[in-house]
Amino acid sequence: MNSIPGRRIIMVVFLIFLLLPIYWLVNMSFKTNTEIVTTMTLWPHQPTLENYKRIFTDESWYSGYINSLTYVLINTVISISVALPAAYAFSRYRFLGDKHLFFWLLSNRMAPAAVFALPFFNLYSAINLFDTPWAVALAHCIFNVPLAVWILEGFVSGVPREIDETAFLDGYSFPRFFVKILVPLIASGIGVAAFFCFMFSWVELLLARTLTSVNAKPISAIMTRTVSAAGMDWGLLAAAGVLTIIPGALVIWFVRNYIARGFALGRV
Amino acid sequence: MDKTVNQKAWFLVLPVFAVVAFSAILPLMTVVNYSMQDTFGNNQFFWNGVGWFKELLDPSTDLGGRFLASLGRNLLFSAIILAIEVPLGIVVALSMPREGWTVAVCLVILALPLLIPWNVVGTIWQIFGRPDIGLLGYTLNSLGIDYNYVSNEFDAWATVIVMDVWHWTSLVALLCYAGLKSIPDAYYQAAQIDGASRWAVFKAIQLPKMNRVLLIAVLLRFMDSFMIYTEPFVVTGGGPGNSTTFVSIELVKIALGQFDLGKAAALSLVYNLIILIVCWIFYTVMTNAGTERPEKKGAA
Amino acid sequence: MARIDLVDLAHSYGGNDAPAESFALKPVTMTWRQGGAYALLGPSGCGKTTLLNLISGIVTPSRGKILFDGADITPLSTQKRNIAQVFQFPVIYDTMTVGQNLAFPLQNRGVPKAEVEARVRQIADLLDLTFYLDRKATRLTADAKQKISLGRGLVRSDVAAVLFDEPLTVIDPELKWQLRSKLKALHRELDLTMIYVTHDQTEALTFADTVVVMHDGRVVQSGTPAELFDKPAHTFVGYFIGSPGMNIVPAAVSGHEARVDGHIIGLHRNYGVLPAGAKIEIGVRPEFLHVAAPASGLLSAAIERIDDLGRVRFARVRVGDAKFSARVPPGFSVPDNMVGLVFDPAHVHVYADSRLVEGVA
Repeated sequence: MNSIPGRRIIMVVFLIFLLLPIYWLVNMSFKTNTEIVTTMTLWPHQPTLENYKRIFTDESWYSGYINSLTYVLINTVISISVALPAAYAFSRYRFLGDKHLFFWLLSNRMAPAAVFALPFFNLYSAINLFDTPWAVALAHCIFNVPLAVWILEGFVSGVPREIDETAFLDGYSFPRFFVKILVPLIASGIGVAAFFCFMFSWVELLLARTLTSVNAKPISAIMTRTVSAAGMDWGLLAAAGVLTIIPGALVIWFVRNYIARGFALGRV
Repeated sequence: MDKTVNQKAWFLVLPVFAVVAFSAILPLMTVVNYSMQDTFGNNQFFWNGVGWFKELLDPSTDLGGRFLASLGRNLLFSAIILAIEVPLGIVVALSMPREGWTVAVCLVILALPLLIPWNVVGTIWQIFGRPDIGLLGYTLNSLGIDYNYVSNEFDAWATVIVMDVWHWTSLVALLCYAGLKSIPDAYYQAAQIDGASRWAVFKAIQLPKMNRVLLIAVLLRFMDSFMIYTEPFVVTGGGPGNSTTFVSIELVKIALGQFDLGKAAALSLVYNLIILIVCWIFYTVMTNAGTERPEKKGAA
Repeated sequence: MARIDLVDLAHSYGGNDAPAESFALKPVTMTWRQGGAYALLGPSGCGKTTLLNLISGIVTPSRGKILFDGADITPLSTQKRNIAQVFQFPVIYDTMTVGQNLAFPLQNRGVPKAEVEARVRQIADLLDLTFYLDRKATRLTADAKQKISLGRGLVRSDVAAVLFDEPLTVIDPELKWQLRSKLKALHRELDLTMIYVTHDQTEALTFADTVVVMHDGRVVQSGTPAELFDKPAHTFVGYFIGSPGMNIVPAAVSGHEARVDGHIIGLHRNYGVLPAGAKIEIGVRPEFLHVAAPASGLLSAAIERIDDLGRVRFARVRVGDAKFSARVPPGFSVPDNMVGLVFDPAHVHVYADSRLVEGVA
């Protein structure tokens, strides 16, 4: 009843549309540059791992992955830990300026990164964080913290108030209640929030590129280096691209059962 | 609903406030400061008052012309992708399998494009669309369609739009899917009893129950498409000519390319203001939609 | 409007091959009269909602047939079955007004506009919804919403039956009474077959002229409230209906006598020799058993407590391991420890393996 005629066909066609460009990238990553440039082949006729080997053996390449993952993880941890108490406050209490504050937070989620690129550059240079993972992690907080607050507020609101009251009656201090009772109760919510923080930090490039130069350069920025004297190194570019998809794909696989729930709150 | 008043809650919000204020207010103050000044480099600044803002809104000047043109392009782009992605997302959500392992597979594949770094999305389509080495470009050209996103404006637009549809329709679809999942079976059963047609079920049950998630989907898609930078920048670099130069691309060109801080700052402020206003309208509509059905929120 | 026949109807959510004991509805054959007011009564999980959903077509039966006026409608979809159903929780079409909600089932079936309007007006009048007709349905209280759901069930005049699935669960107790009598009045006025699912015996007994009692996927008895009370066909009916429920105690029965705890109780009918190996019990309603001063001819019982229900008092007593509830006659002063029990032989029933055994007069 809740499906539509021809739904299988629609779904299959749409999934193919989603997968085809990705397939093409994967396909190219296993080809040699000669094969890419000279022939149009639907699968690699002379499959090679050369492109991947270069990435894994060249430090300037693989350090990009480490850099990216570092700032993404730092950002996720910061976002969740500052957002949790705030989510609790917004969910349970009314206080001076709460609504405005909530709106202001959300509006930052919507702020264009391009606006902040330059001021961030100045700011983080001034406090000597430029070209460190911390700069990027903190910069990404501007959109991830509001998002985490928003998602977590929904999950905290799902916890009945009586649980707090009982815990306080039982003599729990606030921090102990928070860590021992509330956090385990909304564990799946924290998972969902962490997923989205990870996601948005992982996919963002403009700020990440602006705030780094050498030491903390993210993988996505390093990818632009594939132009060499011999022309474009397509195979290498494709291999690097494939490798940036993998962490995301892994994360999705682990949270697949929570995705619908996270979205269900209508809070993404 | 029955929140208690407690000003101490501010202490709980303080960390968030500090982090976001550090990232938002300080830089914004810099921007406001710059927007009133002119610079010839070497850290020499001159007071320029509201000069940049005047220029920005006057299409006859270079800055104003560029800003308004890119703004127009951006609005057109947002309108087109909303018109495609929202209905398509709904259709895809309605086409989701109901149960079994296929659900997980569909969800994972749907979510996949969302987790690809934006410049890689650009790279994927840059490769995919190339007439020499890309499957799409090659196929189109061998079918006799002269397709080249580097030199043809229409092709460039088409590529950027298809890329955005590829990248973001899943978000709309997943939101709608979640909205659909939350409809109790009794609604469908009642509709069957009432003899409702498939279309009537959609109009009377599914669409109204999805309105909240749809509003969020439209908001997110509007905002993100209005700020789009990375993907078209990688694919077309804003070209051919300036045909795919959206506001963010223009802004970065002025700020980081020409280091024209004053102009860039003024542009930033106006840009941000537009977004803030749209955001506020959505927020108001959304909170109103929430208060309309208090008992439903309580049940959830 | 139709007679509904269920022929060997059964359903298992695990499919037709599931073991017979796991069937949510065990095979049942029965007839529902046109124009009857039925209640389907039973505890949660007894299969009553399954039966309802089978009749409406929301669930397709694993086996058996459903006939409307003799025509087999088992393969037909819900839309084509001409049946109305009201659910436990209100279902409201959010975007529509109350009037549009009520008109929805008619419009979908292409009923002419004038007729729709007249019918909506009539139903709204009957349910006191006229005042709200032009309001958005979403903003009303749960009570009003459920009334709209009821109205949508009743608005079609041509339905074979209207099915109610515990429709008053969300309604406040005082309103429940009003709505129930309203439904009863509507039943008389609209001449519809109504099937009302509930787990509340008061609701069932006050609404229906025929009560169908279900237990563990089986229909154990169907009859008027009086029949269910006087002559329960199954021990389950005995203790599920009535408050307190029927006393059911193991006994040895032969001829005109039942033996409980070494004491002989006279029976009205002759039961001959009952099948060996069957679990034999006798059942007597507390209303037909009263306590008296201990005497030699009476079964003597130990008093556990006295429940004073206002108009009547019931004594909870014990004979060996068997517990009884017995009426305390007005004015009788209850002794502290032991009493005698007086049975009304006409109302003592014999059960073999929980089923009523008909004696010979």
